[in-house]
Amino acid sequence: MDHALTQAQLDTVSAHIKAHQHVPGGLLPLLHAIQDDIGFVPETTYPDIAHALALSVAEVHGVVTFYHHFRTHPVGKHVLQICRAESCQAMGSAALENTIKANLGVDYHQTTTDGEITLLPVYCLGNCACSPAVMIDDEVYGRMNADKVHAIIQEVCHG
Amino acid sequence: MVKVYVPIDSTALSLGAERTAKKIIAEAQQRGLSLTLVRNGSRGVFWLEPLVEVATAEGRVAFGPIAPEDVTSLFDADFLNPSSASAKAHPLYQGLTDDIAWLKKQQRLTFARVGITDPVSLDDYLAHDGYQGLKNAIQLSGEAIVKVVTDSGLRGRGGAAFPTGIKWNTVLNAPADQKYVVCNADEGDSGTYSDRMIMENDPYVLIEGMTIAGIAVGATQGYIYLRSEYPHALATLNEAIRKATIAGYLGENILGSGKAFHLEVRRAAGAYVCGEETSLLESLEGKRGLVRFKPPLPAIEGLFGQPTIVNNVISLATIPIILDKGAQFYADYGMGRSRGTLPIQLAGNLKRTGLIELAFGVTLRELLYDYAGGSASGRPIRAVQVGGPLGAYLPEHQFDTPLDYEAFSQIWAVLGHGGVIAFDDTVNMAGMARYAFEFCAIESCGKCTPCRIGSTRGVEVMDHVIAGKQPAKHIQILRDLSDTMLHGSLCALGGMTPYPVISALNHFPEDFGLSNKQAAA
Ligand SMILES: Cc1cc2nc3c(=O)[nH]c(=O)nc-3n(C[C@H](O)[C@H](O)[C@H](O)COP(=O)(O)O)c2cc1C
Ligand code: SF4
Ligand code: FES
Repeated sequence: MDHALTQAQLDTVSAHIKAHQHVPGGLLPLLHAIQDDIGFVPETTYPDIAHALALSVAEVHGVVTFYHHFRTHPVGKHVLQICRAESCQAMGSAALENTIKANLGVDYHQTTTDGEITLLPVYCLGNCACSPAVMIDDEVYGRMNADKVHAIIQEVCHG
Repeated sequence: MVKVYVPIDSTALSLGAERTAKKIIAEAQQRGLSLTLVRNGSRGVFWLEPLVEVATAEGRVAFGPIAPEDVTSLFDADFLNPSSASAKAHPLYQGLTDDIAWLKKQQRLTFARVGITDPVSLDDYLAHDGYQGLKNAIQLSGEAIVKVVTDSGLRGRGGAAFPTGIKWNTVLNAPADQKYVVCNADEGDSGTYSDRMIMENDPYVLIEGMTIAGIAVGATQGYIYLRSEYPHALATLNEAIRKATIAGYLGENILGSGKAFHLEVRRAAGAYVCGEETSLLESLEGKRGLVRFKPPLPAIEGLFGQPTIVNNVISLATIPIILDKGAQFYADYGMGRSRGTLPIQLAGNLKRTGLIELAFGVTLRELLYDYAGGSASGRPIRAVQVGGPLGAYLPEHQFDTPLDYEAFSQIWAVLGHGGVIAFDDTVNMAGMARYAFEFCAIESCGKCTPCRIGSTRGVEVMDHVIAGKQPAKHIQILRDLSDTMLHGSLCALGGMTPYPVISALNHFPEDFGLSNKQAAA
């Protein structure tokens, strides 16, 4: 897949690289900044990052792929994360996962055909007092069931 | 003007607190009523969230849980005048918040202010005994501060329960031009949320604790390594750091003492293993989070090779009250070698979940039945996992074990970070054992073979067990494999995955296709 960046995106990446190149341990903050703005960390940025931070391209690649949070491909307009950890399992998250996958027609790490939602697994959202929990973009929702998740998706996508 | 409180904690938000707050403003406007809305923290009574409080001369009066749809009825009942007969007759009227039994019986030291103050208001913090510990600390030598922490008996709340004072003493005595204080805010353990609650609901107490740590050992730079799943905590911490810096509680010259301490939040990136302290340091240095061999200890060669304190959020957030009220005050709580209090997090299938801070020594049974009121589903509680994904599963006959590090280790269990997850009798424990291996396989840093290969092998073996294929043979393999991981792993991710697996097998053999007799053999 080709993810050619626009000139504006390239400028954003350059600005972030410049801002982080002398920060001690600045690679993670830099990758966060890029992903926050562009939605992912394009592999085409590795050489510039490596050069600025005096690393090899392989090292940059190694770091990006080590962390579950970073992704090298674009995602949908919204990211839906379903908690798979124990507290949520105790409240029926396994069934919730299956229903949501079926309703959206995607598996984990896939995006709905309309490009709206990317589904990701997550291991605890710190919302275990109100399991099962899901997170849509930056907001957490507790005591979920498939109907409630569906309603929230409708609101987030079309609301 | 009457003050109304609606929490801004993210669990309260996850139940609709934001919409409840907006609805209160809109409804008041519509009725021509005036009120001041304060977004306080949450007291952690999550079964009553969104908890709406109204200030009165006698204290705050609580209504909860208040969904946005309930707001109109609150106004109809004249809740802004909570002593009125109509307010008291509202079905969600809870009386004075401080008198709610669930809260009243607690011993809140670390969480003393949580839910009471506006999290980012420095004035609120100061008005509720904030920064008293730091004021005492700047009058003391580093040795004297460390002695107070040691004498308090505080042990690390991140999981390993290592005495905090001893760790600080090592850093104090390590000569170096630059030392660091690192706060482990990765809070990866499922069933836990106390770190998040401190950071979202009382961020200054963590900032104060880290500042005291820095002054004690001569570290001028601090980092909070915060899990990426906590965007609200990130915003709150950054705001609090900004305000503390402007007011002279952080920066080059803290409260005119001539001592410097700077603080920065760094976002983690979703790797559970980065909660392990050496992996965390690698990550802070901008690398892959591979676990380091120890020695050297981080206290001697930590971040960027310099002496570094690495402590959990709760450990650090407990420092201010110890420096304020004294070592003995804190040590007077607790039992045996577990001194002080533990913020316990009730999670999973329970009727009344939330944060309970109590002196060590309370039993699981009291927590599960007296506080939580049994399961949410109404079915019997069958198993409880304490201490996160690497913690053992406890069956009912162990529910009388007191929460105490040593009592738990005697029954081959751990307290960890204080998370308690309850399961009802629909749980399949073989499935939970399989999940423990699966989680380990997903999160393994890959540095050592027992963990990297063992976890994947464990999933396969559990698949055979669950399918009922030669259970006796596969259970022997399971035990051998667990033994290898237990003894041959570099860190506790591989080394403790056998805790949930083997405890599930030993206490619930019937789920593994074994009769009790076969299991004992
Ligand atoms: C796999 C693994 C994950 C861990 N995750 C955390 C964590 O999320 N938060 C934490 O404070 N400690 C965590 N720890 C424990 C840390 O290694 C370390 O003991 C702790 O940060 C020390 O602080 P304390 O003495 O204040 O507890 C983890 C350990 C392991 C092996
Ligand atoms: S036990 Fe697992 S996570 Fe820990 S060092 Fe070994 S491979 Fe890495
Ligand atoms: S286990 Fe799901 S939010 Fe913690």
